[in-house]
Amino acid sequence: MLNTFVVYVENKPGVLTRVASLFRRRAFNIDSLTVGRTEKPQVSRMTITVDADRDQARRIEANLYKLVNVLLVENITTAPAIMRDLAMIKVAATHEARSHVLELASVFRARVVDVAPESLIIEITGGEDKIDGLLEVLRPYGVLEMVRTGIVAMRRGNKPSAALSSPEAEEQIMTDDDLSQSV
Amino acid sequence: MTKTGAQILWECLEREGVTHVFGYPGGAILPAYDALKHSKIHHVLVRHEQGATHMADGYARASGQVGVAVATSGPGATNMVTGIATAMLDSSPVVCITGQVGSKLIGSDAFQETDITGITLPITKHNYLVTRADELARTLREAFYVARSGRPGPVLVDITKDAQQSSCEFDWDAAKPQLPGYRPDLSPAPKEYEQALELIHNSKRPVILLGHGAIVSGATHEVRDLAERAGIPVALTLLGLGALPASHPLNLGMMGMHGEAWVNHTIQEADLLIALGMRFDDRVTGTLKTYAPNAKKIHVEIDPAEINKNVKVDVALVGDLREVLHEILPKVESIDRSEWLHFIDGLRGDSAVRDIQNLPDSGHLYAAHVINDLWRETRGSSAVVVTDVGQHQMWEAQYYKHEEPRSLITSGGLGTMGFALPAAIGAKVARPEAEVWVVVGDGGFQMTMCELATVVQENLKINIAIINNGFLGMVRQWQEFFYERNYQATPLLNPDFAKVAAAYGIRNATVTQRSQVVPAVQSARQHDGPVLINFQVEQEDTVYPMVAAGAALHEMIRRPSPIVETAADE
Repeated sequence: MLNTFVVYVENKPGVLTRVASLFRRRAFNIDSLTVGRTEKPQVSRMTITVDADRDQARRIEANLYKLVNVLLVENITTAPAIMRDLAMIKVAATHEARSHVLELASVFRARVVDVAPESLIIEITGGEDKIDGLLEVLRPYGVLEMVRTGIVAMRRGNKPSAALSSPEAEEQIMTDDDLSQSV
Repeated sequence: MTKTGAQILWECLEREGVTHVFGYPGGAILPAYDALKHSKIHHVLVRHEQGATHMADGYARASGQVGVAVATSGPGATNMVTGIATAMLDSSPVVCITGQVGSKLIGSDAFQETDITGITLPITKHNYLVTRADELARTLREAFYVARSGRPGPVLVDITKDAQQSSCEFDWDAAKPQLPGYRPDLSPAPKEYEQALELIHNSKRPVILLGHGAIVSGATHEVRDLAERAGIPVALTLLGLGALPASHPLNLGMMGMHGEAWVNHTIQEADLLIALGMRFDDRVTGTLKTYAPNAKKIHVEIDPAEINKNVKVDVALVGDLREVLHEILPKVESIDRSEWLHFIDGLRGDSAVRDIQNLPDSGHLYAAHVINDLWRETRGSSAVVVTDVGQHQMWEAQYYKHEEPRSLITSGGLGTMGFALPAAIGAKVARPEAEVWVVVGDGGFQMTMCELATVVQENLKINIAIINNGFLGMVRQWQEFFYERNYQATPLLNPDFAKVAAAYGIRNATVTQRSQVVPAVQSARQHDGPVLINFQVEQEDTVYPMVAAGAALHEMIRRPSPIVETAADE
């Protein structure tokens, strides 16, 4: 079963390696991993999807917590959450096919972001299923190139992440002003 | 006050309570060594950086304090890898300080540059690269805190040469650890305590499985209280030996691959396992498919990642063992479990007749004899025995009866040959008043015997007992059982170990007969300098019982016994 973890980490050099190394070492297979900044400059946020059963998912969480730079781990697999993936698909679109491809893109609410004589680049944002769906119908026309960002996820509602919003944790993070921006 | 990074390093170590470090100098760590002369810290010069890490590890295990090893960049740092992994697998608090090339040279493949934080990432609890002097104090404070708190482990701090050389304002109080993501102090929920107590009270055939965590947590009294109050027998892991006195009536002895047969049978027959500070290593469980099939399981463990890792448990109490037991003890009811204890006693009889101690004297010198005699001679003296890895390690665990915590120091998880001699040096430095014995095989001894020079240089009274069978004995045993006695690459052509000792100016003896064992041990104990005794024991001796890798815990290969076989025939 595909599990989705949101992992808050200190924004310090080498943290991405530590997380990636953990998955490699414990033989858990990462399906997708994204990392980026958050509203706090000292904190980076990862969204990691992993194929794991319930016990494995618990162990992944516990092992992530063992990394000193990991601030908070949330398994949002069963929580109400928004999950988004972004893809750019370069599809062969000759004169005859072009209008069909444009039509399909509009059905999927995708945008055409580049037009060349023999091809189009389509940008689509959405859940994985939606992108997979578009990809499937475009395949017959010839997908020349494709890139996907991997999933980013956020829990629905206005509940902030508990541990990160505690005054104590906040204070500790905020006092840490001597940090580099790389992960 | 303005200080250089090198000065800050030693001052921080002093403030962390460090009195001794084990190290080896080199280019990238030279600024630190230059500043050492103004420090109160005693530097033990080793002969190989692996030795430095094992010494720091031995120091930590003997004392419970953080051990410190120092090395230069590149090969100095990579030589530490085995020692760091050893400390990691056995949860030993060690801080390794390595020099690194100048920060501007990082990534340029400079002379003696290696990415040691990258290399040690999976084998340290945490590690740091420090490129600026003003990061040093906080980093070192964090390193010591992380190493010793929670489930202890090794932390490596890699310090660039320019960070050692440059100066900054040093303010210890301001350099507080900032570890917002590190939470070593977990404790169980009230409901989990209730569930555990209910299982304990309903159990008719419980066993406590006692591990290293009891020693690390300082919970040995509490464990004893629990066992006595609830009448529960205790089986120990290799690293748990000493956590309950071997002479205690509820102490069953060591379990697992080379555990006593009655201990393994007891576990398989139990209806409740209470695992305290142990992690269900495969050497302890045998195959998991048939492990303790009728038992409920309670797991008290400080590391949440260990819960349900190998064995699925019914109740997990995540927290410090001592604190958890403090919570449980007042609520534990006294229960009469004499029927269960009688049953276990019945299992012992069969083992006694197979014990080599009870077999007729064949005139051969067996390792078990040596270790049993060593135990008889040193019992009551609180001696610390440091073992290496292999057959002698298992015989020591079986035949040396440990009464106190921290009286056995051995590499359990990683099984690092070459551990014993350097770890014993660390132990002796940590506890100079203690009698320290190295029990080591002829194979493992040769991996780190260069540290004999360190023994002499530091004038340490260490007694070394080489159990010399001219083989890589444990590997030979596996070849005997599982590879049709194809003794590939296991016979050893050894030097004359007595002469090796003599070359270092170490008093020595060679023992070939059982009658010589006790006089040799007595003479070694009376001598006030280091002594090496080369015990030439039976070559093709075997550690029994043995649970083959992948076999069930109760399916043991037993020592053939003329008495038992005859009885079975009739």
